[in-house]
Amino acid sequence: MSKKNTHVHEPLFHIVKRGSMVWWRAWLVRIIAVFAALVVCGLITVLLTGQNPLGVYATMIDGAFGTKRRIWGLAQNVAMLLCVSLAVTPAFKMKFWNIGAEGQVLIGGLATAACMILFGDKLPTVVLFMIMIVSSIVGGAIWAAIPAYFRAKWNTNETLFTLMMNYIAIQLVSYFTYEWSVPKGSGQIGVINGATRAGWMPTLFGHPYMLNIIIVVVLTVLMYVYLNYTKHGYEIEVVGESENTARYIGVNIKKVIVRTMIVSGGLCGVTGLLLVSGTDHTLTRDLAAGRGFTAIMVAWLAKFNPFYMVLTSFLIVFLQKGAVEISTIYSLNASFSDILTGIIIFFIIGSEFFVNYSIKFRESKKEGV
Amino acid sequence: MGTAAIELKNITKTFGDVVANKDVNLTVNRGEILSILGENGSGKTTLMNMISGIYFPDHGSIYIDGEEVVIRSPKDAFDHKIGMIHQHFKLVDVFSATENIVLGFKEKSGFNIKRSAQQIAKISHQYGFDIDPNKKIYEMSISEKQTVEIIKVLYRGADILILDEPTAVLTPQETEKLFAVLRRMRDDGKAIIIITHKMHEVLALSDRVSVLRKGEYIGTVNTCETSEAQLTEMMVGKKVELNIQRSEPKNPEERLEVSHINCISRDGVKLLNDISFTVRSGEILGIAGIAGSGQRELLEAIAGLQHLNSGEILYHNPKTGHTDNLRDKTPMQIRELGVRLSFVPEDRLGMGLVGNMNIVDNMMLRSYRKGKSFFLERKAPKDLADRIIEELEVATPNVNTPVRRLSGGNVQKVLVGREIAAAPTVLMVAYPVRGLDINSSYLIYNLLNEQKEHGVAIIFVGEDLDVLMELCDRVMVIGSGKITGTVDARTATKEQIGLLMTSSDRGDNNE
Amino acid sequence: MLIAFIQRAVVQGIPLLFGSTGEIITEKSGNLNLGIPGIMYVGGICGVIGSFMYERSLPSLDAINPALAVLIPLLCCMLGSLMVGLIYAFLTITLRANQNVTGLALTTFGVGFGNFFGGSLIKLVESDMPSIALTTTSNCFRTQLPFAHSLGWFGEVFLSYSFLAYTAIFLSLIASFVLNRTRVGLQLRAVGESPTTADAAGINVNRYKYVATCVGSVIAGLGGLYYVMDYANGVWSNDGFGDRGWLAIALVIFAVWKPNMSILGSILFGGLFIIHNYIPNLSVSSQEIFKMLPYVVTILVLLVVSMRKKRESQPPASLGLSYFREER
Repeated sequence: MSKKNTHVHEPLFHIVKRGSMVWWRAWLVRIIAVFAALVVCGLITVLLTGQNPLGVYATMIDGAFGTKRRIWGLAQNVAMLLCVSLAVTPAFKMKFWNIGAEGQVLIGGLATAACMILFGDKLPTVVLFMIMIVSSIVGGAIWAAIPAYFRAKWNTNETLFTLMMNYIAIQLVSYFTYEWSVPKGSGQIGVINGATRAGWMPTLFGHPYMLNIIIVVVLTVLMYVYLNYTKHGYEIEVVGESENTARYIGVNIKKVIVRTMIVSGGLCGVTGLLLVSGTDHTLTRDLAAGRGFTAIMVAWLAKFNPFYMVLTSFLIVFLQKGAVEISTIYSLNASFSDILTGIIIFFIIGSEFFVNYSIKFRESKKEGV
Repeated sequence: MGTAAIELKNITKTFGDVVANKDVNLTVNRGEILSILGENGSGKTTLMNMISGIYFPDHGSIYIDGEEVVIRSPKDAFDHKIGMIHQHFKLVDVFSATENIVLGFKEKSGFNIKRSAQQIAKISHQYGFDIDPNKKIYEMSISEKQTVEIIKVLYRGADILILDEPTAVLTPQETEKLFAVLRRMRDDGKAIIIITHKMHEVLALSDRVSVLRKGEYIGTVNTCETSEAQLTEMMVGKKVELNIQRSEPKNPEERLEVSHINCISRDGVKLLNDISFTVRSGEILGIAGIAGSGQRELLEAIAGLQHLNSGEILYHNPKTGHTDNLRDKTPMQIRELGVRLSFVPEDRLGMGLVGNMNIVDNMMLRSYRKGKSFFLERKAPKDLADRIIEELEVATPNVNTPVRRLSGGNVQKVLVGREIAAAPTVLMVAYPVRGLDINSSYLIYNLLNEQKEHGVAIIFVGEDLDVLMELCDRVMVIGSGKITGTVDARTATKEQIGLLMTSSDRGDNNE
Repeated sequence: MLIAFIQRAVVQGIPLLFGSTGEIITEKSGNLNLGIPGIMYVGGICGVIGSFMYERSLPSLDAINPALAVLIPLLCCMLGSLMVGLIYAFLTITLRANQNVTGLALTTFGVGFGNFFGGSLIKLVESDMPSIALTTTSNCFRTQLPFAHSLGWFGEVFLSYSFLAYTAIFLSLIASFVLNRTRVGLQLRAVGESPTTADAAGINVNRYKYVATCVGSVIAGLGGLYYVMDYANGVWSNDGFGDRGWLAIALVIFAVWKPNMSILGSILFGGLFIIHNYIPNLSVSSQEIFKMLPYVVTILVLLVVSMRKKRESQPPASLGLSYFREER
């Protein structure tokens, strides 16, 4: 038998799960993480541009808030990202990984654009808007309900299913952008109903984005109420926490899965509506602009609380706008913002570790060997 | 005997705020079998997991053959020739027996599944195991899986073996076979640690017994010098007389009639085999049996959670006088029939409650649907939560604490309190005092008795025969999904029930 | 035309094959790396940067050393993908961050990284086109067997590809062999199926996850390099790689987590991806419909697999979950 000599040491440290952490300490950790990430981002920018770091941050702030126009642009972008984030939240609370928001938004946008193009000058405004709203919601909801149905029926992996649905939606939109392109065959639809403005969201208080923003604010409150104060929200939480418990209390899990995804997809459809009718007034394959994916991170970072999501989506959009400004001023590439966004998210998700776990270091030995 | 094969000194381990082991000392010699005795939740498994490298102790040291060692991972444990057979099998379902057995083991001769399979066949033959090395784990029965676990340890040539409640899932014959193997290993000079809470096994098998209570080390005695009474006293602290008050059932009426139900699992195993019995109001019907004999399936079938292949579950409604068949109805449909059925499942945080929700929201689980409103009504559940906390003395900072943070006993109080608050006519409880301290246990017994006096028909699935015999009116015994007998709890003897628990297995295995 | 179609299908399929082989290895360890699309961008751009630097350092392009021209981008690509793979591994394995969120963030980061440096290089060369051409290097990469075209259809279909294409096939065969026939493979699969079991069996779960994730990333990164150097003839243009990374993840499902299946799958996907070019009289818009095919096929496979519930063709049981030994 081989004799082991006692050359083994106790490990230097080991990781222990925390019982719980006071809420303010948890938030302190997260805020430190954001700051650390901003410092790293600043350093990288300094390395690439050779500017002084304070100048870099000033540029970022200028890029986000510099002019009235920028502030509106920021608010509009925050609203849109927030809207998708709200949409994915009920699904995620149910532990249903809906990474198909991108496609659901696109289908909502496609439905809206279709109504605007087909009925734009044929129907009175009120009826047109009714049809637009209904069809965009239904479109998004169907796109989400398909994977939900199969997940409920056969436990089909929803992460991969919803992911694939995105690309089908993209190709579908591509198809219609060619079908409806102006001029024919250009592959671009251009501004829809530019002359009549049929199906355009009305301008409120003198600003075109105002209505969008108000709608999203209302939706934020509604989603908060839906999740926390309604029976649906309660069922979503139970199913997400433990399917066994849901079964035990007689919740029809399949119904809840499909219903929740219809809500989720429907809200994505609304985002599509807001984007096409309220902002872009056109339809492209890039309508969702990656928001479907970013929204997942926004919702997750906010712990699925709609009000926190206002903050997290603001943070992400602020970074993007700031980084775009940096890249314009220092003639860098616009993709710079994606790098910064990535870094910030890495830091924040990494920081969760320190909220949930603590590291115990080796104690010095008291008794001799 | 020289130095001990393995010696633990002042081992302490905490999980968050819970102390699982506190200053535990333990010694095992080569050529002996040591039993570790303790109630559920006394920290036996945690302790063994530290020897096998799953957990790492907060304090204390481990010596093997007199030398201090550090076991950081299961790999370290293997290097010290420590092998553990876990209660919950650590097997990969989609792998074959052989693949599982060789997993993580570096043979000197290189990796060759076929040769390993031959060697496994040889070991099986030597010890009289019956196993197909190429069978996939997901196709195996529980005892086959355990055999794989044991062969896995033997295959590695471990000489310190730890078995965590190995007999809980075995038939008496299988248990005897296992004991024979263990004795043979002991005679080979191996050190064997067996965790159990079955007293007769301790006395029959081990050379010495170490007792743990609530994570603390109580002491070690030689089996030949001790008695059941002494061990019990060490295990539970002071000598406990189970003075559970029991009243005579008042005007019993037939409430629930289970008739010839059968349930066959996906793999074709008969989980419930032609079960028929009646539960009366104002009576506690105890169900005894080895764990996994179909108790869970039976209760879940009544609660509408388990599909049945045949048979009927008839509920005699005391209000309307109607009789309804509950078979294959969903819990919702059962409730809509006006059947007030409460169920305290075995898996409290995984089924009865939602760990991450606070006490108020957990109170709503059963009742949140009330009313036509789209919104939740939290006033009544809040009042209920306050009432339960006060009446059952639930130790919690406030009603907004997630129940996962509560201790086992308090979790159970919340669950039982909620189920009783629904004013049931039938109350089913599965292992309601598992992991609870004595005081909480008695509180639960009293609650059940109170319900009985209110005329509730109670089904009590338990594991402690003393409790079953002092609390229940009748005790029904099931084995391998079959009723093997029903006895009057007031007159039956423990031996009689024990015999019934094991009797059907013989018949079934010969089929 | 059929021969040309097959050839193009293979060339289209090879990047996917790299990606899916890498992702299968990663997923077998229980890590669902949705960062693969980003990693492939990083792999591509790192190769481009390497070769750009090398070409620039030469007095004239005629002086190029074919071995170095291949080796430098190859190493840069592998190093780059290894680094981003390490980011993912560190966050999900050591810090136990959510895999889906980390993966998506990595894709954002990686695509941004690729386009940023790609864009910067394009600006640097001040070319008229929004792209950067490394034709000389590409030619080195695209060296084919000298006798390939003299062997008729056989040569065209089987022997007319560059060494990276054969590397892809070779790697997936090796992966298949390792996963199914070796101890390392058995242990890796155990980690992905049930880390608790693997841990109890004395396997260093975290090490396996790290190595699998990093090896997987490096292999996936090669897909990016192949795309630029072979498929695109050394021309990097921003967003040129498109959504092929996601298609690679789709291919993993299509291949039911078997690397050898993904060889055929990749060619099929490649074929589906370009089939619209080979159907006569197809309008531009209908072509877009045809481009859906790989995704539709993937969904069908996903459905069939989940419907049949065959144990052996399910995803690794602990896919997407992080492992903490002391979890109670």
